[in-house]
Amino acid sequence: MPIHTEPMTINVGPQHPSTHGVFRLRVTFDGEEILEVEPVFGYLHRGTEKLAEERTYVQIVTLTDRLDYVSSMINNQAYCLAVEKLLGVEPPLRAKWLRTMVAELQRIASHLMGIGFYLQDLGTLGTPLMYGFRTREKILDLFEMLCGARITLTYMRPGGVFSDTPPDFWPALENFMQELPSEIGEIEQLVMENEIVLVRTKGVSPLSPDMAINCSVSGPVLRASGIAWDWRKMEPYDAYEWVDFDVPVGANGDNYDRFWVRMQEIHQSARIIHQCMEHIEPGPVRLDLPLVFRPEPGAEAYGRVEASKGELAFYMLSDGGVSPYRCKIRSPSLINLTVTEHLLVGWKLADMIVTLGSLDINMGEVDR
Amino acid sequence: MSCVMSPDNVLYGTPVYRFVYELVGTVLPCWISYVAAGLVIMFILVNAVLMGAAVFVFAERRLIGRFHNRIGPNRWGPFGTFQPFADVLKLIFKEDITPAAADKIVFLAAPIAMLAPAILMLAVVPFAKNTALADLNVGILYILAVTSLSSVAILMAGWSSNNRYAMFGAARGVAVLISYEVPVVLCLLGVVMVAGSMSLADVVEAQAIPFLLVQPLALFVFLAGVSAELNRTPFDVAEAESELVAGYHTEYSGVKFALIQAAEFGGVVTASMVVVTLFLGGWAGPLADYLGWFWFLLKVGAVAFIFIWVRATYPRLRIDQLMAFAWKFLLPLSIINLFATALEVFFLRDSQGVLAINDLWIMTGINLALGAGCIALFGSMIREKIKPVTWQPAAGTASLTVGEVT
Repeated sequence: MPIHTEPMTINVGPQHPSTHGVFRLRVTFDGEEILEVEPVFGYLHRGTEKLAEERTYVQIVTLTDRLDYVSSMINNQAYCLAVEKLLGVEPPLRAKWLRTMVAELQRIASHLMGIGFYLQDLGTLGTPLMYGFRTREKILDLFEMLCGARITLTYMRPGGVFSDTPPDFWPALENFMQELPSEIGEIEQLVMENEIVLVRTKGVSPLSPDMAINCSVSGPVLRASGIAWDWRKMEPYDAYEWVDFDVPVGANGDNYDRFWVRMQEIHQSARIIHQCMEHIEPGPVRLDLPLVFRPEPGAEAYGRVEASKGELAFYMLSDGGVSPYRCKIRSPSLINLTVTEHLLVGWKLADMIVTLGSLDINMGEVDR
Repeated sequence: MSCVMSPDNVLYGTPVYRFVYELVGTVLPCWISYVAAGLVIMFILVNAVLMGAAVFVFAERRLIGRFHNRIGPNRWGPFGTFQPFADVLKLIFKEDITPAAADKIVFLAAPIAMLAPAILMLAVVPFAKNTALADLNVGILYILAVTSLSSVAILMAGWSSNNRYAMFGAARGVAVLISYEVPVVLCLLGVVMVAGSMSLADVVEAQAIPFLLVQPLALFVFLAGVSAELNRTPFDVAEAESELVAGYHTEYSGVKFALIQAAEFGGVVTASMVVVTLFLGGWAGPLADYLGWFWFLLKVGAVAFIFIWVRATYPRLRIDQLMAFAWKFLLPLSIINLFATALEVFFLRDSQGVLAINDLWIMTGINLALGAGCIALFGSMIREKIKPVTWQPAAGTASLTVGEVT
């Protein structure tokens, strides 16, 4: 006698421990297997783009902190690059080096969070996550020295950075860079060759290079699929054209490769920071721009960076007023989410959570 | 009135029971003293399990704190030892919510049914010489029977909650429990054959060499099976926090949640006690017999530490991999162990059917070699099964120049 079964629909989220914020997935299961996925988001919508139309150009920097709240430095950088293009100005050399350096520090912090939560989704009891937090805490301490804040930094300004480094920053950074390899090594030792991590992630939810390009994904998710595409190399901004680093590329685009690419990028970021520390020279850190300025009417600019999650870009259009007429944000997490359906259908519930973790989305950025 | 227990009573070998029975029996009728002695035993058992759970919770939270590079709870009492009591107190004062659509009676009964196996299991464990609360002659069978009850409790909790996550968790939990029961039963048969008895006290007496060495394969299978039955990582699919919110106990709050937690952590303590009794020589240790308690608790602490250590280290397996691990890896291992032990016992025992210490040493040698070989062989075979064929290890780094696309 055949047993009568029927598919079951579950709302995973918006309150769920593994949705990385307030994200909802309507999933239809056949037993453990996924038949249908529909991502629903907008629970964290704060109207950043609209708010930006009511603020002056310098005030908007604080709004960008709250987009991807684990990598505010890079958000600041993308916005400031867009405004500088709008005005047609270049920041001083020291500011360029400083921006590059803190952006890489922020990338390490962001990737550590991404890896930590990904491994927690795999079921580790937070041990690798806490290892990552230990390192991230030190990075936040460094940021606190620079600008007094730890998460919502507002360190950069159009035309440079907020202020020069305090004298005790450099020894602290030196110290941190010495401790970094061993701390990252501990995480790698714990998980990279772990048999359970391998069987749970290798070959799971692969993203083909074609699909990755067609869905316009970017960042580590794209590179894990075997496409070496990095805006720091393609269109160098700030000091990236003068530093030497490699772009880690995955082979299969599966969960393991996405995780592996992030792990390798931490090492490459460390390389960049070392070079910045070597090349940075004293000098001014900020252009003498007024606090409130009016760009040319009709001027438009597109500033993009390789953020920790992918390509982050700001499109600015000025009508000659003190605030932009339009400020459009191209957020990598939102675009990367568009592949969820291709990645999840046919896999199991446990894989779904891990795959979502491997995309490393941040809801602050998805909903803006 | 004076009641004297006849020596052929099943509880005659239980000094605590006999003492209370005869003490109460001096003033009250025998049937009342029979009940009273039972109540005293139950009181001791319930409190032992709850206290064990409290100590274990404290140890686990502190140790996992250390594994995590943080301090762990240290505010209440010396070194934070009162933390479990503070937790329980908090849970007692919380609102006890029953979902509107829940099956109320089953919902209420499930936490109690969940705690029962842990308490019942403890009754037959000998803490020291002659101190088992009930020295049953079928102790091992009794333990297996009682642990199977927990699958019913998990299904009750998941079904009555009327929550889809809970149902998911319950379905997974029951599947895991039923699958892992099979290798656990088979590997314990090896122990029974070597000891020649199902009574736990006899098993301890038979361990001239700890069965850790005589039955290494059985210990491995038993530890894996027990951590699956206790829902500990890497086998905690039934409550998989990151996937199913809290699995079968998603809807529980307040006192019922406290009971489920007590059952879970108390279960680890009692399971550690069973492992110690069956494989690590129970109360046996150097110095005097009355120090048995100390050796026993020391060994239980060591086994519980292993459970905590594993929990802090490993990720979780997927449900199909978990099933494959039970049926394709643990089951063959336990069958091999069963046959090997049967043959060894058949050829080595003397005319009275007793194994001398030299025979045990011979078995140790054979079984250690067999265990290492089998785990290596089956481990490589299951790795081939699980590993996807499409994966090629070709990831590397690319040095890009501007404008170049690979």
